Amino acid sequence: MMRATVLAVFAAMLALPAAQAADPVKAAFVYVGPIGDHGWTYQHDQGRLAVEKAFGDKVETLYVENVAEGPDAERAIERFAREGADIVFTTSFGFMNPTIKVAKRFPDVKFEHATGYKRADNVATYSARFYEGRYVIGQIAAKMSKSGVAGYVASFPIPEVVRGINSFLLGAQSVNPDFKLKIVWVNTWFDPGKEADAAKALIDQGADIMTQHTDSPAPIQIAGERGVHGFGQASDMDAFAPAAHYTAIIDDWSAYYVARVKAVMDGTWESGDVWGGFDADMVVMAPYTDLPEDVAADAAAMVEKIRSGEFHPFTGPIHDQEGKLRVAEGERADEGMLLGMNWYVKGVDDKLPQ
Amino acid sequence: MTGFEAVVLTIVTAATPLLIAALGELVTERSGVLNLGVEGMMIVGAVTGFAGAQLTGSPYLGVIAAMAGGMALSSLFGFLVLRLAANQVASGLALTLLGLGLSGMIGEAFIGQPGLKLERIDIPFLTDLPVVGTILFGQDPLVYASVALAVCVSRFLFHTRAGLALRAVGNNHASAHMLGVHVIRTRFLAVLFGGACSGLAGGYLSLAYTPQWVEGMTAGRGWIALALVVFASWMPLRAAVGAYLFGGALILQFHAQAEGIPLPSQFLSALPYIATVAALVILSRDQWRARNDSPSCLGQVFVPDR
Repeated sequence: MMRATVLAVFAAMLALPAAQAADPVKAAFVYVGPIGDHGWTYQHDQGRLAVEKAFGDKVETLYVENVAEGPDAERAIERFAREGADIVFTTSFGFMNPTIKVAKRFPDVKFEHATGYKRADNVATYSARFYEGRYVIGQIAAKMSKSGVAGYVASFPIPEVVRGINSFLLGAQSVNPDFKLKIVWVNTWFDPGKEADAAKALIDQGADIMTQHTDSPAPIQIAGERGVHGFGQASDMDAFAPAAHYTAIIDDWSAYYVARVKAVMDGTWESGDVWGGFDADMVVMAPYTDLPEDVAADAAAMVEKIRSGEFHPFTGPIHDQEGKLRVAEGERADEGMLLGMNWYVKGVDDKLPQ
Repeated sequence: MTGFEAVVLTIVTAATPLLIAALGELVTERSGVLNLGVEGMMIVGAVTGFAGAQLTGSPYLGVIAAMAGGMALSSLFGFLVLRLAANQVASGLALTLLGLGLSGMIGEAFIGQPGLKLERIDIPFLTDLPVVGTILFGQDPLVYASVALAVCVSRFLFHTRAGLALRAVGNNHASAHMLGVHVIRTRFLAVLFGGACSGLAGGYLSLAYTPQWVEGMTAGRGWIALALVVFASWMPLRAAVGAYLFGGALILQFHAQAEGIPLPSQFLSALPYIATVAALVILSRDQWRARNDSPSCLGQVFVPDR
């Protein structure tokens, strides 16, 4: 009798966590910045909320903010794996190696790494073709600029950022071949003060269009204060500079996150690489404001051309800074070249930090 | 506005929050208390300042709210280390973590809202003077406040009785106690002053520098302020010089980049920090002076005889 009771209690104890674990799928998110950055991390969190909304109590989401790129990231990722997460999204380039390392130790957990290129059986990668949006804003910049100089607040010299700079300038050059681009590297993804200082320096040196590849709304806000114009980054930043904000390149991760969590639920998840742009609705343009009608209409038409595949921003001839032909006339840059881009196109007034 | 004026204005904006926070911490450390929670108090000041301005519609009330926010957090620190005699280093670090978390919670409602900007002052005629006009007479009010604060703190520490008592408490708390100076009360007031300054520095970020609230917007400035105090060897006017040097190095490297001067940007970004280390090395070469400058009781717990 006694033994039976003990066994029953044991069985209950064993069964309880098992039953719970079988129920909701646990999806975990590792963020590089705070949700409140109103930029990169904010948009990833919107994706997380979309997952919650789509699956209700069939899913449980976990997240951790402000994880530094480096050894800290490995601990954060591993903690989620230990806590029984079924799928872990690591949302910054610098989380690549930690993700791969942890994935080796937890073969049953699925990992998704944003913007990286290393994959494994249980590690998929995904990213968005932000450069498509950058080509569009490059064209707008060249049409609207009076000084013919744009300022670019850049974070780190990685291919993702370099590709964006090149695409922006190619777009601008398609309108005005002499368009100039000034670049300041702030060596951080998120520091509103530094981003603002960089924007001020660029404007003081003659830039009248402000664009950025950092995460806070500070540069566009400075543009508004100084009476020049610019573009939001990652999310719609119109509220921060209503008179200055032409449009923004919005990252929309919702559809992707919902689809991948669904795949885990259905048991159909597979490793792979998704790199979606306008066509996958992963990159969306914010409403065009303060622009002449024809400029806005041209921009919308260009978005459609890129979406349908009729046009590719990296269509030759493209020369690099030394004048070497990188993409021949009429050809398109291949995926390998785009992913590993570590050279500037002709016309960039900066030396790429190595 | 000429290029030169613009650069100087930008440098002043970058230096002011560092200067205000450093002055507060300097007074705290002069009383013998090491508060490593500057970053936490700053970020709380940034969010309470922003919230105060949004809710009341006045950036000036926001400034007061920022100081109150920093003071509230510092009073908690004061209670821990002075009343309960807790370890100052650990409590200070905990204060930073608490401040970062707390500010995120308070600020959740204010994400994505454009802030109210503390406007620059325009003095008729004076502001229109060539070259010096905007630099001397066209700054926002907190810039003037920060310079006045540096002078006042210096006067207070070295030319008043109360300042002498505060330094005595920091240099030898046992003797000060014997002489009838209330050590704990003096230190608590110094901690509160430090909190108010840190909060004000945070408020400067969210009300004047970049009028917005985003989490983690202090981005390590509290730590730079702490380094500045040592850099200044606990002298208020030297802290002002240090803050402007630091701001200058930061801004000039951005201009060098925008000009296309071919220096590695990573090196340029590190330049202000390298300058700080170099200054520290030069200052600490003289062992006797280095020992003499720092408050002797810094970080030591004082428990009055019962």
